[in-house]
Amino acid sequence: MSIITVKNLRKSFGNLEVLKDINAEVQEKEVICVIGPSGSGKSTFLRCLNRLEEISGGEVVINGHNITDPKININKVRQEVGMVFQQFNLFPHKTVLENITLGPIKILSKDKAVAEKMALELLDKVGLKEKAGSYPGELSGGQKQRVAIARALAMNPKIMLFDEPTSALDPEMVGDVLEVMKQLAKEGMTMVVVTHEMGFAREVGDRVIFMDGGYIVEENEPNELFGNPQHERTKAFLSKIL
Amino acid sequence: MESLPILAKGLQVTLYIFVIAIILGFLIGLVVALLRLAPIKILNWIAKVYVDAIRGTPFIVQLFFIYFGLNSLHIISLNNSAAGIITVAINAGAYFAEIIRAGIQSIDKGQTEAARSIGFTASQTMRHIILPQAFRRMLPTITNQSIISLKDTSLLSVIGIADLTQQGQIQASATFEAFKIWLTVGVIYFIVIYLLTLLANFVERRFELR
Repeated sequence: MSIITVKNLRKSFGNLEVLKDINAEVQEKEVICVIGPSGSGKSTFLRCLNRLEEISGGEVVINGHNITDPKININKVRQEVGMVFQQFNLFPHKTVLENITLGPIKILSKDKAVAEKMALELLDKVGLKEKAGSYPGELSGGQKQRVAIARALAMNPKIMLFDEPTSALDPEMVGDVLEVMKQLAKEGMTMVVVTHEMGFAREVGDRVIFMDGGYIVEENEPNELFGNPQHERTKAFLSKIL
Repeated sequence: MESLPILAKGLQVTLYIFVIAIILGFLIGLVVALLRLAPIKILNWIAKVYVDAIRGTPFIVQLFFIYFGLNSLHIISLNNSAAGIITVAINAGAYFAEIIRAGIQSIDKGQTEAARSIGFTASQTMRHIILPQAFRRMLPTITNQSIISLKDTSLLSVIGIADLTQQGQIQASATFEAFKIWLTVGVIYFIVIYLLTLLANFVERRFELR
């Protein structure tokens, strides 16, 4: 059974329709990479999966919850869906440790000591245990993003969404973040990753979705999509970036 | 100077009214700012009317309206201290509302998105993430408005509140030493406001954004 089901998803900002008719399924433990030119709707698509963008039409079912149902408690569903942003969005007034424990303590009502122990384990996992007491302002971009990943993982989510997680990083920082994401994929996390990192998509992705103009133009295994694209628009896009 | 103990008593009244009114005013401001930003049109409208009404009328008119106007209806009866505190609070509240609204809006919307994506409700996001950050940014302007409100309390002397200014008036006419008395009153206000500024600077440093 698929963990994410998207049917006829539409999203408009005023008169501008950015997602026109999106249909997609993600299986448990799958890593899906979403690529496409800017303005293709790929970030909006991702943000519809936890309803950070209100959905204009169609149906999105996440781990059995139909999040397009107006009666659903979206806050509950979001606890099962971690999200990592291009701009990290760490809480600057909280330490690294507090950034990670805030959700477990306030939302999951975890004991502070338990939450901190888990947070330190997560920090260890992303290689930043020694930064527990630092503030986000004292970290590099790559470190911030790894903390952001740890923060999302602290809620023990079933699905992780990544919105261009390496696009705001200096080139030498990208590797560390991708490494953490690869590890996560290896552990069997279901991931949807909007990215410009074709190397990552090729190596880690189980499937790659190419979006353009608010549609999914093509989706396939990475080797097929990159090696043997079927659509003109996919070919044109790949020829520009590869 | 034998007037000093009497002026000190006046200062006590001034500070008493100021402290209560500024706390009330801040709470009013917070509520009105949240109404202003709430996703419900009628609440936005109520908040906007309140802010516009207060900003668009002189303090002294507000004071007379509340003390003489409301009392003349014989529905409630406010003594002059209560009317004074209410007026300063309502007046400061309107300005605080705008300060707090701007402070909240100045926080990057990525902060809200990150908090909501973790599963925080809108009100938890406001309480744990947005307001603490916004408050730090608002501190200098909050200090400014508090100083203005403190000085506004001197106008309460016109409804007979025995504050520092009122006591100054009484002493000036009783002693015929207007120059000395008003200079002293001015210096006392200055010192209080200066101390307030020092306190604000201290708080600002404590809560500095890292």
